[in-house]
Amino acid sequence: MWPIFHKLGSPPWLYAIAGSILRWLLPITLLALVTGAVWGLLFTQPERIQGNSYRIIYIHVPAAVVALAGYYVMALAGAVSLIWRMKMADVAMKAAAPVGAAFTFIALFTGAIWGKPTWGTWWVWDARITSMLILFFLYLGVVALYEAFDNKEAASKACAVLSLVGMVNIPIIYKSVDWWYALHQGATIKFTGESSIDSSMMYPLLLMIGAFYALFTCCLLLNMRVEILQRESRTQWVKKLATKAGRP
Amino acid sequence: MHPVRKQRLYLVLFITLFSTAAIGLVVYALRGNINLFYPPAEVVAGSAPVGQPIRVGGMVMEDSVQRSPDSLAIRFKLTDYEQAVEVVYVGILPDLFAEGQGAVASGVLNEDGVLEATEILAKHDENYMPPEVTEALENSGYDQDGNAK
Repeated sequence: MWPIFHKLGSPPWLYAIAGSILRWLLPITLLALVTGAVWGLLFTQPERIQGNSYRIIYIHVPAAVVALAGYYVMALAGAVSLIWRMKMADVAMKAAAPVGAAFTFIALFTGAIWGKPTWGTWWVWDARITSMLILFFLYLGVVALYEAFDNKEAASKACAVLSLVGMVNIPIIYKSVDWWYALHQGATIKFTGESSIDSSMMYPLLLMIGAFYALFTCCLLLNMRVEILQRESRTQWVKKLATKAGRP
Repeated sequence: MHPVRKQRLYLVLFITLFSTAAIGLVVYALRGNINLFYPPAEVVAGSAPVGQPIRVGGMVMEDSVQRSPDSLAIRFKLTDYEQAVEVVYVGILPDLFAEGQGAVASGVLNEDGVLEATEILAKHDENYMPPEVTEALENSGYDQDGNAK
């Protein structure tokens, strides 16, 4: 285990391995996204009450699920960078923040679009939606806090602490609809017990959730590669890479 | 593990646990205020303030919707299957508003315990079914949880 850990700490190795993962993960992600979207949007029945407007579930739920999971990725990377002072964990934390913010924004935005025809409102301050908005601000907060420091080591520490503190919001978002009376409905896909969505609608949804996880991973790796290049721009291996690409 | 790193690990655990505990306590203290609406049982019991803007949420009671023939006025009951609150409203309803479906009404409770609503929102449940499955279930005489009707 330790050799892998040491290798992960090496920028050229991580840059290369991220590149080779992306080479096969990007086409798979694209394929899964297109398949899931076409399947969900064109080949499923309309919902018995909501009609066609329910179909936004194929974007809304995957984006929200990945936005929550992405926060744990960011906080875990923050913890590793705090404890082991591992530069590449710091890169992962910094790279995860804008990606997570983007997914949270997609979830909030599609939620508003879905809310108008079904609930009758774009926005309501219920526990689920408000805690999701807080998640969005936490992600943006990490991005902003990082940029606020001149000393990058201090920035890394402060952001790691902020992401650790914000972690408490994730179970709150997840359980908000059970703990409080909210306009947002309860969980449809359940880890225990039967899910309350017809299986013909669930399979494309599960595919889309998988595809969004893959999309998050792709965005994270792409972002990390850029961040590594920026940080290592003065080193020999990056200069070599740049000359090889035809830009001396 | 190196002692310095171990110390930092404890620091990380400390930050996580104590921020969770602190925010958990805040959320626990605010638990009543985080609810979006009052259930009808609490309104009937008198926990909801009279003359102040509040929201009441529940199921639209079957056979309780009375529409005015010449205006957009509507009168219906919201129930949590324990108690019911009468709601009056004038305006456009969301498409999903129907008897037996969830709804949230915001407005002011008057002295007679009737909610004079200014906005009605429809609440939908977490069940997603294509129409043919619902029809098949109705024909079979079982509901979607497999219980005989």
